Amino acid sequence: MDLSVDIGKIKLKNPVMTASGTFGYGEEYAGFIDINELGALVVKGLSLLPKQGNPPPRIVETPAGMLNAIGLQNIGIDKFLQEKLPYLRQFNTPVIVNFFGDSVEEYVKAAERLSSADGIHGLEMNISCPNKEAGWSVFGTDPEITYRVVSSVRKATDLTLIVKLSPNVTDIALMAKTAEDAGADAVSLINTLTGMAIDIKTRKPKLANIRGGLSGPAVKPVAVRMVWECYQKIGIPIIGMGGIITADDAVEFMLAGASAVAIGTGNFINPGVTMDVLSGIKSFISAEKINSLKELTGRVEC
Amino acid sequence: MLSVDSRLDPLLKRPFSLHRFVSGDLQFLYKVVGKATSILKEKKTGDIMELIGPLGNGFPLNQAGKVKPVLVAGGMGIAPLVALAEKVAKQEPFFFYGARSADELLCLDELDSIGIAPVVSTDDGTAGRKGFVTELVDEFLTKRHSSDLYSIYACGPKPMLAALSGVAKKHKVKAYMALEESMACGVGACLGCVIKTVDGYKRVCKEGPVFSFDDIMW
Repeated sequence: MDLSVDIGKIKLKNPVMTASGTFGYGEEYAGFIDINELGALVVKGLSLLPKQGNPPPRIVETPAGMLNAIGLQNIGIDKFLQEKLPYLRQFNTPVIVNFFGDSVEEYVKAAERLSSADGIHGLEMNISCPNKEAGWSVFGTDPEITYRVVSSVRKATDLTLIVKLSPNVTDIALMAKTAEDAGADAVSLINTLTGMAIDIKTRKPKLANIRGGLSGPAVKPVAVRMVWECYQKIGIPIIGMGGIITADDAVEFMLAGASAVAIGTGNFINPGVTMDVLSGIKSFISAEKINSLKELTGRVEC
Repeated sequence: MLSVDSRLDPLLKRPFSLHRFVSGDLQFLYKVVGKATSILKEKKTGDIMELIGPLGNGFPLNQAGKVKPVLVAGGMGIAPLVALAEKVAKQEPFFFYGARSADELLCLDELDSIGIAPVVSTDDGTAGRKGFVTELVDEFLTKRHSSDLYSIYACGPKPMLAALSGVAKKHKVKAYMALEESMACGVGACLGCVIKTVDGYKRVCKEGPVFSFDDIMW
């Protein structure tokens, strides 16, 4: 049974990854699963300088989902390299670092700094954050700006470069194609969908930040549709995510066009979810008499 | 973090304090306030639920010295304090307990069985003193001379804990407060349950839920 997947230069032993921001820096979940069994571990998004994030309340549960407005709180790249990366080097699971910036220059500097470290196998660019050079509009909602920032980072790193796409756009396949043209090795999607929840008694937003990102099973059909649309427009691998909590969900993403899958909110519901999904995928392909997982990708029959 | 069942709504586990551990049984004390606790109420003996824990820290105890524990519960904040009272019973703790009304005063029998008679206040005056429990604590400490011989351990609604912090500051008494926040992961990964402290945001699930009163920016 061949479960391996290639994402750029990274060879994953299986397709099950963690989604950035839901798995901390790995050690938070080491008591629940064997990190070595993961296909790849994607750590919490990092910026050059530490960020304190948004004021609380930062999360609110919604039907089959949750809204979060953490505000990209992180310890900064230097502290990650000194305090968190050494711990992750002990595992034989590829480490992918999610990162972001508020200008093209900051993205490039962050990518350079991360690329010089030993033990990082790939970079995932979060482009769903505000751009200070364009009136704080979101990088990943404008194809020209997306092209500029991705191609600049491409020149700054030899590591496998994954671009994490924002679903808050009219045509996600266009954004995926733009990332591919700019030199990305893979795309991951979807990031959270912008949402809002209101307390009807106090008439106040439930999140201090007013708006937040929706994740969890509630977003899965949107994510599957977007993966399917991107798969038809690009040649680079897709990492599918958005509400995966079972192996069936993961297989659905693969049929839509994903080569690998990432689990996010599912980790909160069940800290052992990644292992459950992995064993479920094995059972599925064995029951379906499939030799290689690659035979699933994009095989939805429309 | 307790998962009441496997349905998708409510989606997330719920944080509960450990109430008591009696003859091999772990006890939780909860009030029905929403979806998850309504499901919990329907559970029967033999039903299986998943939980992860214990998580986070606990109350820092000083059982060696002469320091007298002063326990302060507000409403459902009684939940983690009964076991604490039991643990420090030999130090003859003082216990203050405030609730909205007499019928919301819980665990009085349990406290009695460990030899503790709480000083009670209610918002509506149906039991004990009419008013806030923090006023009782303030009066208690005012009558004492050397406040460094007392240490406050509290759990309750945030406004009560904020007021109690003021009382602790005024009397120069150490105070430790167990906080409650909405949580998603419970293990320090999601950064959803943070509270503002003098050292920036801290996770209630990981660095807490117990904080020293002077660490919190109320």
